[in-house]
Amino acid sequence: MNSLTFILLQNLAAAAINPVSRQEVIDRLPSEYSNFVLPFIIGMSFILIYLFVGMIRILYHIPGPDRKKLLISLVTPITIWRNIRDLIGDCLLHVKIWKRKPLLGYMHSSIAFGWFMLIVLGHIEVALFVPKHLGSISDGSLYYPIFYRFFVWVNPDNITLRGSFFFFLMDFFLLYVLSGIALAMFKRIKSIALGMRHTTHPSLADRVALYCLWAIFPLRLLAESFTADLSGGSFLTKPMNMLFTSFFGKGLNFMPTWWAYSTALGLFFLAMPFSRYMHIVTEALLILFRNAGLKVRKPRKGFAEAEIYSCSSCGLCLDACPMNMQKKNLKYSSVYFIRFLRRHNTKKINAIAQKCLMCGKCYALCPVSIDSPAIRVAQRATFNNPLPYNYSYLKDAYHNSTAESVGSNKSKADIMYFAGCMSHLTPVIIKSMQGIFKAAGVKYIFADEGGGICCGRPLMLAGKLDAAKEVIKANKKMIEESGCKTLVLTCPICYKVFKEEYNLKNINILHYTQYIDSLINQGVLEVKKGGKSFVYHDPCDLGRGSKIYEEPRRILEGIGELKKASKERDESVCCGGSLGSLTLDYKDRGQVTEGSVETLMANNPDEIVTACPLCYKTFGEKSPVPVKDIASVVCENLVTKSN
Amino acid sequence: MIDFGYTFNPSSRINLDNFDRVKFNKLVEIEPDVKTCMACGSCCASCSAGKYTPTSLRSAILALQNGLPEKALDFLKGCMLCGKCTMICPRGINTRHLIISITKIYSAK
Repeated sequence: MNSLTFILLQNLAAAAINPVSRQEVIDRLPSEYSNFVLPFIIGMSFILIYLFVGMIRILYHIPGPDRKKLLISLVTPITIWRNIRDLIGDCLLHVKIWKRKPLLGYMHSSIAFGWFMLIVLGHIEVALFVPKHLGSISDGSLYYPIFYRFFVWVNPDNITLRGSFFFFLMDFFLLYVLSGIALAMFKRIKSIALGMRHTTHPSLADRVALYCLWAIFPLRLLAESFTADLSGGSFLTKPMNMLFTSFFGKGLNFMPTWWAYSTALGLFFLAMPFSRYMHIVTEALLILFRNAGLKVRKPRKGFAEAEIYSCSSCGLCLDACPMNMQKKNLKYSSVYFIRFLRRHNTKKINAIAQKCLMCGKCYALCPVSIDSPAIRVAQRATFNNPLPYNYSYLKDAYHNSTAESVGSNKSKADIMYFAGCMSHLTPVIIKSMQGIFKAAGVKYIFADEGGGICCGRPLMLAGKLDAAKEVIKANKKMIEESGCKTLVLTCPICYKVFKEEYNLKNINILHYTQYIDSLINQGVLEVKKGGKSFVYHDPCDLGRGSKIYEEPRRILEGIGELKKASKERDESVCCGGSLGSLTLDYKDRGQVTEGSVETLMANNPDEIVTACPLCYKTFGEKSPVPVKDIASVVCENLVTKSN
Repeated sequence: MIDFGYTFNPSSRINLDNFDRVKFNKLVEIEPDVKTCMACGSCCASCSAGKYTPTSLRSAILALQNGLPEKALDFLKGCMLCGKCTMICPRGINTRHLIISITKIYSAK
């Protein structure tokens, strides 16, 4: 302590003698170094090396064409703009969380954005006042801006407005972060107050990193307050400094606080690669990958690895998962799936991968937008894709059926209707659709009137990707040969796969809700408005999967009163009948259905209406009110035109 | 051979010596539902693939129990996993995964 004061006095003397150094800020220590920065330097070097190696590894595992895509995206103006927008919106401000849960959004963005601003402002201060320390590592550029307040002495007679402005900003953002940390601590005790019913169990590394993170900012406040009389401060650090001085007297021994601050930082960086906090840096990489249009190809390598390390383990997917009706099924949520993927725990990974209903809600609500359903499909493919199959019959599948229906129409029609397997089990949908076609006076080809083949999506969901390609090829051939211009589908499962995988050129693919809506808009169909009230259930593959929310609602509003469900659109709960799950049993599915019906019945509608044969059948078993398909509702309320 | 205009039917005798108990127990462990099946035939009645090629889960389960795994696999190789049988099964059997499990266990050499 004595030596420090001595050095300070020396420097002060030098400053008094030398008029050039009559600046606002000068280096307090001639060596410009102190041992307490060591823990920080160790942690920082470790994390930098780890990140560099990790990035090379991920880039190495990305297939060649994807890497090219990434390179091109980095120089394309539109993707550059998207990258900047997403980096600021997602990494720093957490817009997605703000929109859903403002308090949680404040908590996350205060820590992320606040910390970012502290780092940036620290560097700006160094650049403005002691610029020589920003240059090379030998000048301390690694640690100097972080511990700026330790290394400088501020001339109290020479403080400018610019200087105090930065003092104020630093204290302001420190307070901002501290408020977020306080909220985070409170969330550990009572998560529901911030809008989360379930939270994840942190692993050991998570805990270490978490407590370090909690400690960093209070320690920073302490350290900066202890030196505030030497290196300046503002509304937060100055009064605290006076408080401490009045307690401990002048000449505070500030070394322990700086050591503690540096150690907390160092420990945090050491624990980071093994904890959930890897998302802080990996998310930036993921945003670049996603905007470049990269897709999951392997469940653990390349793009998927970037996604896995971007998971912040926040647990928002726990509340989102439809399986959370039973607490025992919480362990099948995406957050644990990703955790086990990180740990290479194959047995658990496989069990979780197969359980999921693939409703996509966790993906839709994930603040980092991790496509965990795609990772699950990739994981399923590792064990299901090699299974033997024989689809040699597919080549003659449509020989009779389409020939008949095309033949009966004598000429080719512009519109083709493909009902799909599920609609054939619920013929009311097909009948209603035929009624609607008739009422609209539309000539159409019924592709699978006599029974067709599957669309291929169930195979894809099961991970049998090669088998799915064969089915898709057979259907595609039939559709292209028919010469139709529009393809109408009564099943969201079919719709999604036709839209995404078939690559049908010059053919307009429509879900029947879109088609009926356009017929009503054109005035070809007319429906009468009755007094019934409906609630509309968003089928997973139609809503979250294909983003069709408005058309079915518009149709229903024209027919009766549309009531709201307690969870709608992106938040809607799977019916439980999904083909996505391979191993969820009948009983557990029933629980999911009950939970979903409960959300739909929130406003006591007369009828539940859905636009998917699978949901229609599943709800029928558990619903207290009649369940209807949207086509049959339209068909019942058609105005027959007298001409 | 002289063509008499008719042939012998293949033997329908059940040879339980061919019944692989180890594999079947393994199947039961993963899919206890296999014993729930009452061979009602709803699955083959609703089968999409069944229209074009002999595909039947019911027959496959029977074939397994009769010690004819090859025949069982033949009954399942055309399956497109469309899930209609799962929707329709009166016993609530998870037929899709049962089909995958049978294929997985019995096609493993």
